[in-house]
Amino acid sequence: MESALLVEKTILVVAVFAITLVIAMYSTLVERKVAGFMQARFGPDRAGPFGILQPLCDGGKFFFKEEIIPAGAHKFLFIIGPAVAMFTACISSAVIPWGQELTIGDRVITLQVADINVGVLYIFGVVALGVYGIMIGGWASNNKYSLMGAVRAASQSISYEIGMGLSLIALLMVTGTLSLREIVAQQEGFVNWNIWVQPIGFLIFLVCAFAECNRVPFDLAECETELIGGYNVEYSSMKLAFYMFAEYINMFVSSSLMAALYFGGYNFPFMYDLGLSQNWITIIGVLVFFAKILAFIFFFMWIRWTIPRFRYDQLMRLGWKILIPLAVANIVLTGIITIVKDTYF
Amino acid sequence: MSVFYFVAFLSVFFALMTIFTKNPVHSVLYLVITFFTFTVHYILLNAQFLAVVNFIVYMGAIMVLFLFVLMLLNLNKDTEPLKSNLVKFMGVIAGMCLVVTLAGSFRALESSESIILKDPDIGLVGNLGRVLFSEFLLPFEISSILLLTAMVGAVLLAKNDPKKA
Repeated sequence: MESALLVEKTILVVAVFAITLVIAMYSTLVERKVAGFMQARFGPDRAGPFGILQPLCDGGKFFFKEEIIPAGAHKFLFIIGPAVAMFTACISSAVIPWGQELTIGDRVITLQVADINVGVLYIFGVVALGVYGIMIGGWASNNKYSLMGAVRAASQSISYEIGMGLSLIALLMVTGTLSLREIVAQQEGFVNWNIWVQPIGFLIFLVCAFAECNRVPFDLAECETELIGGYNVEYSSMKLAFYMFAEYINMFVSSSLMAALYFGGYNFPFMYDLGLSQNWITIIGVLVFFAKILAFIFFFMWIRWTIPRFRYDQLMRLGWKILIPLAVANIVLTGIITIVKDTYF
Repeated sequence: MSVFYFVAFLSVFFALMTIFTKNPVHSVLYLVITFFTFTVHYILLNAQFLAVVNFIVYMGAIMVLFLFVLMLLNLNKDTEPLKSNLVKFMGVIAGMCLVVTLAGSFRALESSESIILKDPDIGLVGNLGRVLFSEFLLPFEISSILLLTAMVGAVLLAKNDPKKA
């Protein structure tokens, strides 16, 4: 029985890993296609039909490019930097519940790699760790622009982690559990989605997720006009690709978190009224979950081509003076509403 | 048990590396790894909540700030302040005193009976929260006031004096 569990989990881990990488890979293409769509042009369309082979070409190009390690750089940390960024991006998907149970024969398979009872905190910890990749890489490059980019990334990420954590606390007050599986299971159907009870919290979480992923309008860490390229300016070939890849994986993971925490995860309207068997509900649920994730990824890209970059002081003011007080107010409001509901209804 | 010894070895090893390495940035990175091994210790003790909080607060926040400051200061051989011989001499004496104290306490140490917890799941987040808000409510609230005071103090220090500015 133990070995069966091991095999099952291994398959699940490999599948999640592969799906994550493929989605991250094709996000690069989709990003350029969306950019083309927003700016009324075609985007890449040479490699294969609709440019579908473009990510493969880019990947191949990155592998064969010359690898340059600057003379003044700290060699070991210079290599470790992108590896840490990639590693932390990949491990955060371990606690996300991708679907309900799947019954094959007499085995019940849970579509989640690890159901730990502090799942939300685990995600939070891994996000906090993500900044090390950027900081180590930026410092090891021995370049002032890289260092500035790394320092900006670190302070930005620390500032927005607080807002993110506070917005999650309000959510946890409503759900009463830290396990992601239970949070998603509570949001059955459509009216139970957490977005209806925590709209302010979701908004704060969304803004903070943009900042944590270093996406426009918060991509101050790689602000070309001020910093040439930011923390990754000395990087070339596959190491640079790892940094970019980690960014896309982070985008995927935060999209799936938003879908799971606020938009019901694998739950869809009328899921138990259609008279489907459990396996079909699970399969449709997984597809629905991925549709929600892709919608969020599209939203990330939409914002990128809509809103210009913030100035650094504006970024800090938004984080500390607007989002954090708003999140605290949201916690107080949630507490009051909970008590009123418990006493009078 | 062998897992414990392995992780304990790693903790001590990386803690020593933190002290012995010359580059301050490397030192901080070794300290980060040391904290990570502490997290593993907490998991081995079935204290999931403490493990994750240690992970978030120490590895994720405090050490990033340390690294942040060190990178900005950019300490290296040229900027290192010269230490006079007197300071070195005092350092040696202080270190020796510590060694004597440690050796003495080891001599006095007796291996205690291992205690079996009544409730081995006390470290899980639900149980811990229940205990903190019932049995240990007063210490919990007092320590939170202490943290709040520290925070207000930090803001006050960082704030510009309007008379001077």
